[in-house]
Amino acid sequence: MKNENLIQYIYGIADNALILGQRLSELCGHGPSLETDIAMTNIALDLLGQTRSYFQYVAQLSGDNKTEDDIAFLRTERQYKNVLLVEQPNTHFGYVITRQFLFDVFHFLLLQELQNSKDEMLAAIAKKAIKEVSYHQRFSSDWIKRLGDGTEESHQKVQEAVNDLWKYTDELFHMTGDDVKTEELGIGINVALLKERYYQKVSEVLEEASLTIPEMKWFQKGGKQGIHSEHMGYILSDLQYMQRTYPNMKW
Amino acid sequence: MTITLEQHIDPQLIPILEKVHDPEIPVLSIMDMGVVRSAKMLESIAQVKITPTYSGCPAMDVMGEDIIRAFKEANIKAEVSLVLTPAWTTDWITPRGRKALEEYGIAAPLEENADKEALLGNKKVVKCTNCGSHNTTLVSQFGSTACKALFQCEDCLEPFDYFKCLK
Repeated sequence: MKNENLIQYIYGIADNALILGQRLSELCGHGPSLETDIAMTNIALDLLGQTRSYFQYVAQLSGDNKTEDDIAFLRTERQYKNVLLVEQPNTHFGYVITRQFLFDVFHFLLLQELQNSKDEMLAAIAKKAIKEVSYHQRFSSDWIKRLGDGTEESHQKVQEAVNDLWKYTDELFHMTGDDVKTEELGIGINVALLKERYYQKVSEVLEEASLTIPEMKWFQKGGKQGIHSEHMGYILSDLQYMQRTYPNMKW
Repeated sequence: MTITLEQHIDPQLIPILEKVHDPEIPVLSIMDMGVVRSAKMLESIAQVKITPTYSGCPAMDVMGEDIIRAFKEANIKAEVSLVLTPAWTTDWITPRGRKALEEYGIAAPLEENADKEALLGNKKVVKCTNCGSHNTTLVSQFGSTACKALFQCEDCLEPFDYFKCLK
């Protein structure tokens, strides 16, 4: 395995946290209530903090004076390896919660395994992050139940969100070339093995929320290869604006 | 950024470190918070290692700067770095720190199981920092900072922060 495989592997994990963190940050001041606004931005803060740890590590691995900011702000769209799920837009609160829930369950399972990675730094970041993510999962599961079991309108909206976002869930379990190479060395996680536990956990919560689990045979993919949806360019133009307009600017 | 470290603090540096407080919870010194993992003199430079409470906690950067400033006032040059494991836990808040939190109006973290029940709204176990009643309700699992949840007392109606258990 080359260093580049490890770096790409880390992008696959860290870019999910970065892009979802960015999406949730967009809600700052726009949440449906003060409490949910604060919650979404708190989760964003956790995710961006985790991203920093991963990117500082990547900067260390890359050498050549790279910084965490170069990695976050100066890559092109195809160099981001996040899954399509996390880049989906903030259409309404039920949709935001569903996207969060479908990601949190996966995120928790991934970090649980990553804690045992032979790469000490990744294991350390995972041990820290999983404590935060267990709160995220509790928050989003709780809201799925509340909305699913709530009014007719909240039920309908969250059911539509589940139906719409479901097609992005299968991609979470695809193994990329870098996944395979790092997994052979006990560093990366075999995400394909998380699939059964994931759908079991997700189904439990959806059933409790009296929501119907979609039956779908066709799933969307591409994010892990850098082939993103039309939303990604807009996210990046927002995310990268300052560094692209004023190169090397600092606070 | 380094990885693992046993806690080791040179006793003569403690008075200086105790002068540094969490910028968001000013009643709590970084020693009472349990974030200082190591502090020792190395060739007349104080090497201080701290661990983040939450990955994205913006207070960490400020604490680092404040530590350097506190040492400067004592005419000592200091260098601060972050360590990731063992990951910080609320168990490291000292008894004195817990008391200071309560007096400041933030309910101190409960044990893991009680914390879970409280944050799911199953049991009324968080004590109001204003009147001491246990008749309190969860308003939000996330509060004014990443480490806190928001509660309200049903008896005196005071809203207050609860420091979430992190293990």
